[in-house]
Amino acid sequence: MSVNVTVRKFDAVIVGAGGAGLRAAIQLSEAGLKTAVLTKVFPTRSHTVAAQGGVAASLGNSEEDHWHWHMYDTVKGSDWLGDQDAIEFMCRKANECVIELEHYGMPFDRTDNGRIYQRPFGGHMSNFGEKPVRRSCAAADRTGHAMLHAMYQRNVKVNTQFFVEWMALDLIRDAEGEVLGVTAMEMETGEIFAFHAKATIFATGGSGRIYYSSTNAFINTGDGVGMAARAGIPLEDMEFWQFHPTGVAGAGVLITEGVRGEGGILRNGQGERFMERYAPNAKDLASRDVVSRAMVTEINEGRGCGPNKDFVLLDITHLPPETIMKRLPGIHEIAVQFAGVDALKEPIPVVPTCHYQMGGIPTNYHGQVVVPGKTSQNEVMPGFYAAGECACASVHGANRLGTNSLLDLLVFGKSAGETAVETLKRTPKAHKELPADAFDRTLARLDRLNHQKGGANVHETRLAMQRSMQKHAGVFRFNDLLKEGVQKILEVQQDVQRTEIQDKSKVFNTARIEALELDNLIEVAVATMVSAEARKESRGAHVRDDAPDTPERPNGRDDANWLKHSLWYKDGNRLDYKSVALRPLSVDTIALKTRAY
Amino acid sequence: MKTRNLQFKIYRYDPDKDQKPYMQDIAVEVDSTDRKLLDALVKLKAVDDSIAFRRSCREGVCGSDALNINGRNGLACLTDISNFPEGKPIMLRPLPGLPIIRDLIVDMTQFFKQYHSIKPYLINNDPPPERERLQSPEDREELNGLYECILCACCSTACPSFWWNLDKFVGPAGLLAAYRFIADTRDQATNERLDNLEDPYRLFRCHTIMNCVDVCPKGLNPTKAIGKIKDMMVSRMV
Repeated sequence: MSVNVTVRKFDAVIVGAGGAGLRAAIQLSEAGLKTAVLTKVFPTRSHTVAAQGGVAASLGNSEEDHWHWHMYDTVKGSDWLGDQDAIEFMCRKANECVIELEHYGMPFDRTDNGRIYQRPFGGHMSNFGEKPVRRSCAAADRTGHAMLHAMYQRNVKVNTQFFVEWMALDLIRDAEGEVLGVTAMEMETGEIFAFHAKATIFATGGSGRIYYSSTNAFINTGDGVGMAARAGIPLEDMEFWQFHPTGVAGAGVLITEGVRGEGGILRNGQGERFMERYAPNAKDLASRDVVSRAMVTEINEGRGCGPNKDFVLLDITHLPPETIMKRLPGIHEIAVQFAGVDALKEPIPVVPTCHYQMGGIPTNYHGQVVVPGKTSQNEVMPGFYAAGECACASVHGANRLGTNSLLDLLVFGKSAGETAVETLKRTPKAHKELPADAFDRTLARLDRLNHQKGGANVHETRLAMQRSMQKHAGVFRFNDLLKEGVQKILEVQQDVQRTEIQDKSKVFNTARIEALELDNLIEVAVATMVSAEARKESRGAHVRDDAPDTPERPNGRDDANWLKHSLWYKDGNRLDYKSVALRPLSVDTIALKTRAY
Repeated sequence: MKTRNLQFKIYRYDPDKDQKPYMQDIAVEVDSTDRKLLDALVKLKAVDDSIAFRRSCREGVCGSDALNINGRNGLACLTDISNFPEGKPIMLRPLPGLPIIRDLIVDMTQFFKQYHSIKPYLINNDPPPERERLQSPEDREELNGLYECILCACCSTACPSFWWNLDKFVGPAGLLAAYRFIADTRDQATNERLDNLEDPYRLFRCHTIMNCVDVCPKGLNPTKAIGKIKDMMVSRMV
């Protein structure tokens, strides 16, 4: 098959038009750079739209707050695996970024004096962990929707050029390792293009569809992460996945932590508010990993609810109906639609559900992709940037705090955009020539898929991957299950290399798109399983049976050996490690201590 | 586990191979974990990978999977399987009135063009203050029922005036968005926005048929918003 590849030149190409991509695009468009934004779906369909509870910023609209307290909470939430320079940067930039959104027109809820409404959220405390603080800036329980639309609208205003329903396929790098753009498919026609750019920004979101039960959208297939892995870039901290405590049992649909922020309570089969036993201080508003493990422990010990005792209940029936309908209208709707309950009168059945990828493409806090090189463990990769869930700055470390994801995509979307603008303006230069093999990987993948005979079914193979991840790398992790999981996921990987589709049409071929997405998912799945098997300690969301809580290693955390970031390389399926940035930008290091809520 | 066999008649057309569109008869077995039409469609695609449709969030917030379901526009992910009568095939067609790209996927260019035509962004020419612009809770409440639109196009493609005047009538989704900015105390372009709609087609092709209100999966009321814009037009003339 001979395929024509049309090359288009831009100053910058952004892949993904969710929160991070749209925020970066505003920066580039306002600077007047010729920018292309490629997106698999119309921008407002990106998964940022599903974020509910809010975005963190220490505005202090309801009570005293400070970015330093926010920073402390984030470092503690990360179980000290987060880079303290990036965390300080994010927490200090929060107010500015949230205020900007308000100026773009985002319809935040308001306090009586007209300021942005803020609600409490898990792990967010005042005065270095003392008591819960109202830090989450919210638009009812539709914050992501309000934010994504406001940022899309701002992009309409500044004339950003979108390529809607275009799927990026592979990263283009030359022999010197410099990134020169991406190959992409126009979904409507099936034509292949190359976007030749001086700056390439990945904002492709998460990969939660590697798990069977996930709050993530169908489109969250780790495209950027997969492309980076295939191009030889290591993936950082992929063993750390957040299981959100409250996904609707059976359906997986998210119920925001804002429900507990507004006063919701988790109850076991005996009606007990069990979080009081696990987190006496923060209770239901402890960090997500802590709450998820408590829930699974209740279920495993026979105190679940329902005929199979396999879920717990999220109870808001004691809240005034007006509060629920004003602050949590979307949750009321979701409970009716997906749990079949009226949350005003009955509690909602919930289970911990895969939600967020803490790891990703390694970056610094300027949004530049960094890899170990000759001179440093964080050498800037020329021309390549990443932001949002696909990136690992790393601000979330081993566990993300609620509302820090929307903040991450704002701060680092903006910072990646700013850095790209500065770099392009400081050193104006012509496009570097594309290497002769620029399209080879993409064309080989497409050719293989078009001619595969007697291959593996895409749907079945994806299911096999999702079930393996669910069973072998879940909320609790077990040495023997992880070892077996590595074997299983490598077997699935063999099948992914021989997937077959029946539909060979050029026009909007969703079978082909799903097969290409599976190529990306499997990289994430292998990286996750291999990194998890190797990390022989418990930290944040990664808790294993052979690293128990002891006086020398509280909660199983082994700082002497494992206070370091994992780096997984596709080539050779090998691991490397790099140190955690413990030094913040301007304040003292937040010293290691045992994490308790 | 209780299972049920669902029969479908699905609009199929792939310009790459089909001379003309046809309705495909196809069935799929669903079980009690399959609550929504989208769950059934995903199972169908495992049987026949060539069925093309859009989908993403599967929880009614992204607006991707709007279809014409048994003659009525709605989101596949919010449509209960249990409401389909036994023994009757479920008719699935693309949203009416827009060009068809393939199967259940329509070309939404014209829909978004109309949305963009109302300048869907806040216009405020004062220099931005250091902190947030203040807005009272009551003023903010004016935006409820407006800002929640997911741009699924169920409303506009259920509107006969939109079908006949795709290029001229803004349609219910675009007009709802126009009023969302008019109603925002932070926006300074009310007059400009009204001027933009003062035209025999752009606004006034709405004949209050109210199909938009009927089908909106988010329970929004574009007709009411359109009525408010019309009132403002009238009151600024007198």
